[in-house]
Amino acid sequence: MKRSLQYYIDLILVLTQKDLHVRYKSNILGYLWSIANPLAFAFVFYVAFQVIMRIKMEAYVLFLIVGLFPWQWFSNSLATTTTVFLANAGIIKKVNFPRNALPFSLVLQDMIHFLFSLPVIVLFLLIYHKVPHWSWLIGIPIMLVIQFTLTYGLALFISSINLFFRDMERLVGILITLVFYFTPILYPVSMIPEKYRPLIILNPISPLILAWRGLFFEGRLEWMYMLISLGYGVVALFVGYLVYRKLAWKFAEVL
Amino acid sequence: MSQPTIIFSGVGKSFPQYHQITGGIKRFIFNLPRALRTFKQARYEVLNNINFEIRPGEAFGIIGKNGSGKSTTLGLMAGVIAPTVGQVTVRGRISPLLELGAGFNPELSGRENIYLNGILMGLTRREVKKREEDIVGFAELGEFIDQPLRVYSSGMLARLGFSVVSSLDPEILLVDEILAVGDIDFQMKCLKRMLDFKRRGVTIVFVSHSLPSVRDLCDRVLWIEDHTVKKTGPVQEVLTEYAAKWAEPYSTADCQ
Repeated sequence: MKRSLQYYIDLILVLTQKDLHVRYKSNILGYLWSIANPLAFAFVFYVAFQVIMRIKMEAYVLFLIVGLFPWQWFSNSLATTTTVFLANAGIIKKVNFPRNALPFSLVLQDMIHFLFSLPVIVLFLLIYHKVPHWSWLIGIPIMLVIQFTLTYGLALFISSINLFFRDMERLVGILITLVFYFTPILYPVSMIPEKYRPLIILNPISPLILAWRGLFFEGRLEWMYMLISLGYGVVALFVGYLVYRKLAWKFAEVL
Repeated sequence: MSQPTIIFSGVGKSFPQYHQITGGIKRFIFNLPRALRTFKQARYEVLNNINFEIRPGEAFGIIGKNGSGKSTTLGLMAGVIAPTVGQVTVRGRISPLLELGAGFNPELSGRENIYLNGILMGLTRREVKKREEDIVGFAELGEFIDQPLRVYSSGMLARLGFSVVSSLDPEILLVDEILAVGDIDFQMKCLKRMLDFKRRGVTIVFVSHSLPSVRDLCDRVLWIEDHTVKKTGPVQEVLTEYAAKWAEPYSTADCQ
């Protein structure tokens, strides 16, 4: 069935709006909940690594926060999209609408939460006597597109596969935890033993987080890291879309 | 005579045995050789050589036992699944009437759900907006329209669903067992609405186990048995034969 671009836009907007609305309407504290998680983690890691293990690093809390917020977007999106087709089985089996709008709107929704958390990052910058930089105006939009592409590509892949292999969900949970510790969120690259350092770009999330940190911390546009993450993003989107296209017409059968 | 609205010609549908893999990657890998073999060879046949035509404005019933392939037939019409062999032709805008609450969100208000549901069904936001007042009026929910759906009764939910679907100006309406839920009063209302649709010239495809509803609504009936067409014909004729077939074993069993 041929559909207009306007239809796709409306579909994605109405789905995203629905999720945001549900989240914030049922609870006025909705906003606090969406920032509470990364803040709690920042607190835990601060206590564990700086207070107890005495790692020598300046502005460690700020360092944690600028990594944890983008990470939260990424991991939340993957965790929720894994089961998005299962959760909407009723409608997928009956109505012929573009199914990829479902993961798309979930990733978009988490991106909006991430945007809402920017003031928190600014607040912590100010606490540590730093200020937002003009380069954010270029850097943030570009980084949003890059991270969206990467996350949506992976989400399409995982959510499509999960319909056929239902334990994908558990695998994703384990992988997210593994990747978290292999990504320089808790530690700077300089702490990684030199011989392992080149391996860091093998993890698609590392350049992404490093680019965010450069941007938030020093207002630096890390073109190198941005380019590498964009490369990962394009590959993820390509493969994800291919897998989705191949499997989408079987969704209603397997549900 | 005008062209048929829906044509099934030589349609067959078989599924791979998905449970071999939906059991999970772990299970699949540990049983790899066997799982692959059964997955490739053993297919479960749901429909075999289905042929029928539905004419414009007709109310067409589909009956048969559980698991005989009625819902699969409907899925093929809606275009959510593709036939393995044969061809399905559909002419006209098709709207599925969803079971209670599907495609709705309980936390959103009735009005917000009209947008959600209308857009999922293929309208743009602007098109929904044009119809909004109509839908609200048709649903007759009063001030409930701005309250969250979780406070709705099942009858109110159904009225909202019906209103959205009727505002889509469907040319073909697909109804799958919607009457199975709700009380008698509600079932009668649904039936009345569908008769309204019929009067307006909408083609209706109606899947049901309720033979009285089929008799009241449908002109012709397709009886599916053992995954293929057992009989197609005028409603009275097919229903009589269908009822006779199922009455037989039970009446003898009752005597013993």
